[in-house]
Amino acid sequence: MPEATPRAARGGARAGWSWLGLTPFALYVVLFLALPTLLAIGSGFFDRSGTFTLANLAALGDPLILTTFWNSSWVSLVTAAVGAVVGALVCWAMLGLPETGVVRTVVDAASGVLAQFGGVMLAFVLIAAIGTQGVVTSLLRSAAGVDLYADGVWLYELPGVALAYLVFQVPLMVITFMPALSALKPQWAEAHLTLGGTRASFWAHVGMPVLAPSFLASLLLLFANAFSSYATAAALASQGSQIVPLQIRTALTSETVLGRENLAGTLALGMVVVVAVVMWAYSLVQRRAARWQA
Amino acid sequence: MSLHARRGRVVAGLALTTVAALALAGCAGGAADASASNTDAATATSLADFGTLADLEAAAKAEGQLNVIALPRTWANYGEVLDLFAERYPEITINEQSPDASSAEEIQAAETNKGLDTAPDVFDLGLAVALQNTDSFAPYKVETFDEIPDALKEPSGLFVGDYGGYMSIGYDSSRFDAPTSLDDLLDPQYKGAVAINGDPTQAGSAFAAVGLATVEQGGTLDDFTPGIDFFGELAKAGNFLKVDPTDATIASGETPVVFDWDYLNAAQAKAVPTWKTVVLPGTGYAGYYNQAINKDAPHPAAARLWQEFLYSDDVQNLWLKGGARPARMDAMTEAGTIDADLAAALPEAPSDTVVPTEEQSSKAGELLGQMWATAVQ
Repeated sequence: MPEATPRAARGGARAGWSWLGLTPFALYVVLFLALPTLLAIGSGFFDRSGTFTLANLAALGDPLILTTFWNSSWVSLVTAAVGAVVGALVCWAMLGLPETGVVRTVVDAASGVLAQFGGVMLAFVLIAAIGTQGVVTSLLRSAAGVDLYADGVWLYELPGVALAYLVFQVPLMVITFMPALSALKPQWAEAHLTLGGTRASFWAHVGMPVLAPSFLASLLLLFANAFSSYATAAALASQGSQIVPLQIRTALTSETVLGRENLAGTLALGMVVVVAVVMWAYSLVQRRAARWQA
Repeated sequence: MSLHARRGRVVAGLALTTVAALALAGCAGGAADASASNTDAATATSLADFGTLADLEAAAKAEGQLNVIALPRTWANYGEVLDLFAERYPEITINEQSPDASSAEEIQAAETNKGLDTAPDVFDLGLAVALQNTDSFAPYKVETFDEIPDALKEPSGLFVGDYGGYMSIGYDSSRFDAPTSLDDLLDPQYKGAVAINGDPTQAGSAFAAVGLATVEQGGTLDDFTPGIDFFGELAKAGNFLKVDPTDATIASGETPVVFDWDYLNAAQAKAVPTWKTVVLPGTGYAGYYNQAINKDAPHPAAARLWQEFLYSDDVQNLWLKGGARPARMDAMTEAGTIDADLAAALPEAPSDTVVPTEEQSSKAGELLGQMWATAVQ
C-alpha cells in the first residue's frame, strides 16, 4: 500500500516528537517565570550605571532589611500554620457529610472563591468591617462598649496583615487538602476497627502518616502564598514597609529615596533563598514521610 | 523678602534654597540644542520653532493623541484641567495612564515604553525626581516662560515648576479642636487619628510632612531627625494612624487628621463640609510640582501644546481653584488676570518658608530609609 509507509513513518515521528507538545508550556515557563526571575535577581548585582557590584548584596545584612525578612517569615509561618490547622479541621469536619450534599458544595464553592479573595478588595472589606469607623467596630463600641483599638490601630500593621492573610489561607487549605482527605478510604478505618484498633489509634497509625505529606505540601504552599503576597499588605499597611514585598516596592517606586532600584534585585534573591530553604526542609520531611507510606 | 504678596515669600524661600540645585541640574542637562531652523516638533524648544500657536495646534491635532501619566483627577484640580483640554481640543485624545503612580514610576514608564506609542508624553514630577532625571527631558520654554520665577524653573526649560503649596494639617472640625502647634497632636483626643499621605520613604508629600515636623520642632532641613522623632513620639502615644489617606478614607472618617499639601487638604472640604485646613504658624514647608516633556515623547507637538496650555492664564487660575499656588501667580496678579477671589481664599502663609535642596533631600531620604520604619513601629 503506498499510503501505509507514510502513515507508519508519521506514527513513528509522533512518538519521537511528543515532547513538542510541551514546548508551549516550557516556553511560557521560561518567558514568564525563569527569565524574569533571572533578570530581577541579576539586576541586584549591578549599579545604576551598569557596572558589577556587590554593594546591594551587603544591604541584605542591614538591620532594617533583616527585620523585614524576619517579619515576612513569621507572618507567613504563623498564617500558614494557623491556616493549615484550621483548614484541615474544616476538611475533617466535612468528611462526615455527603460529598454531593448542600453544605459541602457550598463550602467547596466558597473556599474556591475566598482563596482568591485578596488585594485591595479584601483590604476594603476589612476596613469597612473593622476599620476605626467600620460597621463592626461601631456596633461593638455602641452596643457592647468594646473598643477594638484601645491599644492602637493594629489593623494597619502586621497583626492586621496577618488577619487579612488568614482570610485566604484557610480556604486555600480547604481546597488543596480536601482531595487528600477524601482519598482516605473508609475501608481502612473499618479494617482498623475490625482488627481491634480504636479511632484514635487509626488516626495515629494510619490517617496521620498517610496524610502527612499532603498536609506538609499544603503548608508549604500556604507559606509561599503568604510570603509572596503583596497587594493585600500594600493596601492595608502603608507605613514602614514592614514585609519584604513592600520593601521591594519602596526600592522600585520611591520618589524620596532615589537610586535604590537595584536593591530590589537583591531583596528578590533573599526571598528566593528563604523559599529554597523551606523547600529543602520540606524535602527532608517528605523523605521521612515516604518511609511511612511505603 | 517680598513686600506684599503672600506667595512672594514662598518664592523668596525657594530662591534662597533651590538656586544651587537648579544650577547643578542645568549642568547635568547639557547644552540645549536650540537650532530654530529645524521645525521638527521633537526638537522645538519654544513656540517660535513652530511659528504661531495655531501652527503648534495644527501639528498637535495631526498627532491626535496625548499620553499623560500620574495625574489624579482630584489632585490640584487636574480633573478640570484635563476636561478643559479635551473640550478645547476635541481632536486630541488624552490617554490617562496610572493616575496614582509615583513620580519615580513616571520615569520608569518612559524607559520601559521607550519607542512605543504608549510612552508618556509629559511628566508631572516632584523636585527630587525631576533633578535626578534631567537627561530624560526635552527643553522647552512656554510662551509665558519669563513670567515664571527663576527659582521655580530650570534655565533651559528642561523642567518648570507649575503649582505648589504648603504642607498643612487637614482635620474634621466636627470631631477635633483645631491644632495650633505640632505638639497639640500628641494630645489623647487625637488617638489613632493622625495620618500622613503615604510612606515618607516613598511619597514626596509624606516626606514633606516629616520635613515640616522637623522645622516646626526647631530643626533644620540638614537633619530630619527631629521630624522623625516627632512621628516616633506620635506613634508611641498611639495617635499615629498607619493608613494611607484617600478621598474615601477621609469621607468615611477613617482618617480624620491628615498631613498633606494645603491644596489637597482644601479640596476635601467638598466631600466633608466640616473639613478644615491649617498651615501651622512658624516656619512653613513649601513644595512645587514640575512639568517636563519626555525627550522621546511619541507625540512631541501635543506634549508642547499641553505645556503651553498648562501655563496659560486659564489653567493657572484652575490650579488656584484647586487651592494650589500657580507658578505665574505674581505676574498674573500684576497683570490683573488672576482670579482675585480664589487668591484671597488661600490659607494664610507662614512667616518663613523652607524648601530642601537636592543635597538635603537625598540626605534626608537616606536617613528616613534607615530610621523611619523603626521609629513608627
